[in-house]
Amino acid sequence: MFARLAALVGRDLLRDTLAYSIGIAVAGASFAALATAQGLPWWVTMAMSLLVYAGTAQFAAIGVAAAGGGPAAIVMTGLILNLRHLPYGMAVGHLYWDRWWTRLLGTHNLLDTTAAFALAEGDDLRRARIAYWTTGVGNAVAWTIGNVVGIAAGGQIGDPAALGLDAALPAIVLALVLPSLRDRSTLLAALTGAAIALAASPFLPAGIPVLLALAGLVFALPRKESDMDETSASRTGESGADEGDVEEAER
Amino acid sequence: MSIWTVLILAVGTFAIRYAGPMLRDRIVIAKRTEEFLNRAATVVLVALVVTSAIVVDGEWAGWALPAGVLVGGILAWRKASLAVVVIAAAATTALLRLAGIA
Repeated sequence: MFARLAALVGRDLLRDTLAYSIGIAVAGASFAALATAQGLPWWVTMAMSLLVYAGTAQFAAIGVAAAGGGPAAIVMTGLILNLRHLPYGMAVGHLYWDRWWTRLLGTHNLLDTTAAFALAEGDDLRRARIAYWTTGVGNAVAWTIGNVVGIAAGGQIGDPAALGLDAALPAIVLALVLPSLRDRSTLLAALTGAAIALAASPFLPAGIPVLLALAGLVFALPRKESDMDETSASRTGESGADEGDVEEAER
Repeated sequence: MSIWTVLILAVGTFAIRYAGPMLRDRIVIAKRTEEFLNRAATVVLVALVVTSAIVVDGEWAGWALPAGVLVGGILAWRKASLAVVVIAAAATTALLRLAGIA
C-alpha cells in the first residue's frame, strides 16, 4: 500500500508531508494543552480545532481569552487573522472547485501551508492538486492526534517555545515560497510587501499587516505587452475587460 | 470561551476561506491574472514569514526566533529537504533559547 501511495504522490512529497505533519502534531498538542490548562472544556477545545481549523487564530483566540477579552474581541481577533486566507483561496481555489464535496473539504483545508505546498508545484495543475490534498490530509491527521494528546496531557506539556516550534512553521513556508522568488518582480513585490508589513506590525492588529503587504504588488502588476510582444496578432483576442488595462494606462 | 464563540469563529473562518475561490471565478479571465493571484498569495506568505519571525505580540521577537527561521531559509535555498529545514530551524531557535538568548 505504501508503495502505491508513494508512486501516486511521490516520495519527496510524502517525506515533506511527514516532516511537516510532525511539526503540526506538536503544535496541536501545545494548543490543546494550553487551552485545557486555561480551563477550556476538552470538547470545546476539540470543536475549535476541528471546526475553526486555523492554528494561528486559535492560539490568538485563547490568548485574548486569557487576557480577559470577551466573545466579540475573540471573534474579531480570529477573523482578522484569518483574512489572509482570502488571497490564498483566490490563488489556489480552482484546484478543488469541482464537486460540492471537494469544494467543502478543499475550503476547510485552506491553510498557509497547504496553499504554499500547492503554489510550490508551479504550473503543474495535477501536482498542485496532489500536493494540496496530501499535505491537507497530513495536516488534518496530525492536528487531530496532536490535540487529543494535548488534551490528555493537560498542563504536563512544556512550553512549545522551548522546542523552537515557532521557528519551524515559518521556515517551512519560507522553504516553499523560495522557488517563486526567483522571479524578479515577485521577489521585488515580496520584499517591498514584507517591509510594509513589518513597519505596520507594531501598530495594527495581527492579520492586517500581511494584507497591507499586497501593496508591494505594484511592482508586479499584470502587463499586457509582455505577454503579447511575441505575437502582436493575438492582441485583439486578449483585450478583454481586465484591471490590467487601467494599470497599464497609468504607466 | 463558550462553544458559541467557537462556532461563530468557525463559520466566519469558513466564509473567508470560501470567498476566495468565489472571487477568483469572477476575475480570472487570462493567464496573467492567474499569475498575478499566485504572486499575491506569495507576497502574503512572505510577509507572514517575515512578520511572524520578527514581531511577536507587536514587539521585537528577540534573536532566537528570526535566527532559526533564517537558518531554515538558508538550508532550503541550498536545496536541503524540508525535514532538514524544519529540524534545523527548530533546533537553532531552541538551542539559542537554552543558551539564554531570547
